[in-house]
Amino acid sequence: MAAPATDIAQTDVTGLLTRAREVAESVVDPEIPVLSIADLGVLRDVRIVDGAVEVDITPTYSGCPAMNLIALNVEMALIHAGFGMPRIKTVLSPAWTTDWMTEHGKKVLAAYGIAPPQGKASRRALFGEEYVTCPQCHSRDTQRISEFGSTACKALWRCKACAEPFDYFKCI
Amino acid sequence: MTETPLFRYTLRLADNALVLGHRLSEWVGRAPVLEEDLALGNLGLDLIGQARAFYVYAGEIEGRGRDEDALAYLRDAGEYCNVLLVEQPNGDFAATMMRQLFYSAFAHPFFEALQKSRDATLAAIAAKAVKEMAYHVRHSAEWVIRLGDGTDESHRRAQQAADDLWTYTGELFEADAVERALIEAGIAPDTAALRASFDNAINDVFDEATLQRPGSGFMQSGGRDGRHSEHLGFILTELQFLQRVYPGAKW
Ligand SMILES: [Zn+2]
Repeated sequence: MAAPATDIAQTDVTGLLTRAREVAESVVDPEIPVLSIADLGVLRDVRIVDGAVEVDITPTYSGCPAMNLIALNVEMALIHAGFGMPRIKTVLSPAWTTDWMTEHGKKVLAAYGIAPPQGKASRRALFGEEYVTCPQCHSRDTQRISEFGSTACKALWRCKACAEPFDYFKCI
Repeated sequence: MTETPLFRYTLRLADNALVLGHRLSEWVGRAPVLEEDLALGNLGLDLIGQARAFYVYAGEIEGRGRDEDALAYLRDAGEYCNVLLVEQPNGDFAATMMRQLFYSAFAHPFFEALQKSRDATLAAIAAKAVKEMAYHVRHSAEWVIRLGDGTDESHRRAQQAADDLWTYTGELFEADAVERALIEAGIAPDTAALRASFDNAINDVFDEATLQRPGSGFMQSGGRDGRHSEHLGFILTELQFLQRVYPGAKW
């Protein structure tokens, strides 16, 4: 690994930015620890301002209790990587949407046992309930138990083929 | 001490969300079924999150160093300016769902309109809140329909809840000098223009629920100016206990 960036002014800013971005992208959602905040779409920007790293993150839901911890974890990760005094900012606009979740993010979510958001949020608003595939057996014969699950971003579903209940990451 | 209309307006939005969010949190651990326990907890969390965003902004507008905690925990009932609807007791499950339907059937089109505010911060908070309120409308509407069009007993209770709470819906659409100044400036939406959207939503749900929509009689008012029912004092006693007993406590 590179030496701690003690003297940022003398170092290549592009290289620093790449490294800062890698560090920020490696931070995971504390409630879904297989999903990085980059894959979740919560990491909005990483930049170098006056020699210090600035990171923008955005909450999934207004009341998401993980936001404070995510901000703290990004800050700690950057400090550990040698970036002094990083600034973590919470931005509200534009509002987060599940459309920002990466394809890779959807894959790891399904492998973890959580059905990823299906289709575009805008499409869902137009056409209502979509088909949700069971993350265990991949059957489409599933039903919603409750629109609200263990966290604000998830709904409770059940698979009628394999009888397993599962979480579904809602489209918003 | 003069306060700006924008401060007062933002504080009203924050207080509405916090007080209703707190009311919903009172169900946690005692809802009729587990799924509803989770649902009500989630709805409450959305509202408390919205409240926090509005309080942070209100503190910035005021510029006297009050943060979201100072505004939530260190003001007395007379300084709270939420509408009376949100402080009404949870009652039975029908009353809670009816209150939620009335509030969110207003708040959803309201936040939709507030997204277009000339004030970028209010617009940004609204853009998040509108997505959340869509779920609140759907969830409470489903329950009001299920209860109204359910058994004789559930129908009776749902109708009772509607009759009891309707008198608090008028205040949602009031516009005083504070609000009119901001409507003029393109910052606040004109709530009179949201009335049709609210009425249509309520009519649709009530038709399907086989409930009678209460007539437009006397409407309660005053919460937005700090004149509250006795309920708010009890809410704040619980909500603010920790900060009153251990000032500045953090976790
Ligand atoms: Zn299955």
